[in-house]
Amino acid sequence: MTKKAFRPDVDAPEWKGGHTPYDIIKEGTIAVLVIALLTLILAVVFGSPDETAITIKSWSNADPIDFATTALSELNGTSTSAAYGAPYNHNGTSQQIGPLQLAKWVGVRIPINAAQAFVIQPLKALPNEPTLDAGLAKYTSASSSTQTTWLNAYAKAATNMKFVKGQVVVSAPSAGPVPVMINDLTTMARSGALDQDLLNDNGFYTTDYTKPLLFLADGQYLGNLATEQHLGGDQWGMMNETGNYPGQSWLWLYTFWYQIPPFNNSGNGDALVWGVMMVLSVLLLLVPVIPGLRSVPRKLRIYRLIWREHYRDSGGTS
Amino acid sequence: MSNAEIDRQWTTRLRRKAAGKLPPEKLLPDTQPSYVASWIYVFGVATLASLGVVIFTGCILAIRGPQWWHGSQYGHFINSLHLWSVEIFFFTMVIHLWGKFAMAAWRGGRTLTWMTGVVTFLASIATAFTGYASQSNFDAQWITTQAKDGINATGAGAYFNVLNLGQMLMWHIVLLPIAAVVLTGLHVLLVRIKGVVPPFEDDVQPATQKVAVGE
Repeated sequence: MTKKAFRPDVDAPEWKGGHTPYDIIKEGTIAVLVIALLTLILAVVFGSPDETAITIKSWSNADPIDFATTALSELNGTSTSAAYGAPYNHNGTSQQIGPLQLAKWVGVRIPINAAQAFVIQPLKALPNEPTLDAGLAKYTSASSSTQTTWLNAYAKAATNMKFVKGQVVVSAPSAGPVPVMINDLTTMARSGALDQDLLNDNGFYTTDYTKPLLFLADGQYLGNLATEQHLGGDQWGMMNETGNYPGQSWLWLYTFWYQIPPFNNSGNGDALVWGVMMVLSVLLLLVPVIPGLRSVPRKLRIYRLIWREHYRDSGGTS
Repeated sequence: MSNAEIDRQWTTRLRRKAAGKLPPEKLLPDTQPSYVASWIYVFGVATLASLGVVIFTGCILAIRGPQWWHGSQYGHFINSLHLWSVEIFFFTMVIHLWGKFAMAAWRGGRTLTWMTGVVTFLASIATAFTGYASQSNFDAQWITTQAKDGINATGAGAYFNVLNLGQMLMWHIVLLPIAAVVLTGLHVLLVRIKGVVPPFEDDVQPATQKVAVGE
């Protein structure tokens, strides 16, 4: 205790009033029982969602054209993952906040070469496929410009892609081995073999789903299913979950920024939202030491409601 | 061994300091100031109680492993308990937070109490997020593939890979719960040491008076 200027938003008056009995152990016990009971009731009444995860197999069977189109985008470098930038590759400009290029500065730490990881290496794992092997050898030994010519020819024809009797049909005679590669990858995916192949980097055991999740996210199928489940980015995105559940409602402010300009139409939207949330979090942390901000509660006078009995009993002062 | 030697021991000094800061009557009080008379105070202990239920249900889920609840009705029910205890935990914590803001509960040398509360809130958000990312179902697929862009944009994605199920699960069941529980413990100890903030002196604010010194 000391004699000093009283700062109402920093200092607290010494309490000279009375005390009331308080059984902290009883209070805690009752709280646990009430919360446990409330949890039990909510769990029994509402349960919890558990929508089965989709697989590359289920995707390619449900929408083989979307899969084949996505596979092409991995091969020609136009998919989101292929052109992402850090931390996956050097092919894109990473997001930035003004001059801060945080992702680029940290660099490529989870290297993903989309064409190799999602198309060429899985196809090389297929046994006893002489036509495919010849096509892969032709593709990988071709010059970059020849590959580009093939890929462009295939991409142009792929606007009329069809899926007939289990085969991807694209009329692109000048696309070299690309039609065989895309068709065989689609067949591989529909069998379920691609799901496993994308997980085999570390041998038998794995818990890292980076590659299959990136591949899934590059297609339209995952996003379309999410939109049907009201999970789209413009539907308050990832704070929701499937079904009528509250989800991560505590992320409302984070998700809110994604709904309004400039965040929802900026190429740096994610970085900007995170920047804003970092600033707001620091402000919340430092409220006690920020003049003006720390005076807000006293000016709002909500405390009059909280301590109404105290003010009523003391006639307006402590 | 002399008394002076015993007095210099780290253990002795720590025990005396702890006992001085937090004597038993402060740690387990049987009275409280009469101004502590509002429903808003319930939300602090309710947050603690729901954290206990969250941890308990999470421990049951951990016994049979991360895939169990997908194929077992009993496991799914435990998951439902875990989910709803988390929802209650955040509901009570957010009300507790805004209630303490309305009371300017950092006054009288309680800045660190406020700050540990805010950091606990942020750590809890990260813990819950990694839980959603570890569900190994459609929600986890969508949430992680969306969240990666935000985290990658900060540069943290290079080391905190939300698409790596094993990494997210470890953060969810080991690292972040330890952080949340330690921070919560520190927060509660600070509340016990400093006590509950007294009301504003509403109408009379003299220029100088006897006060508990702020930070």
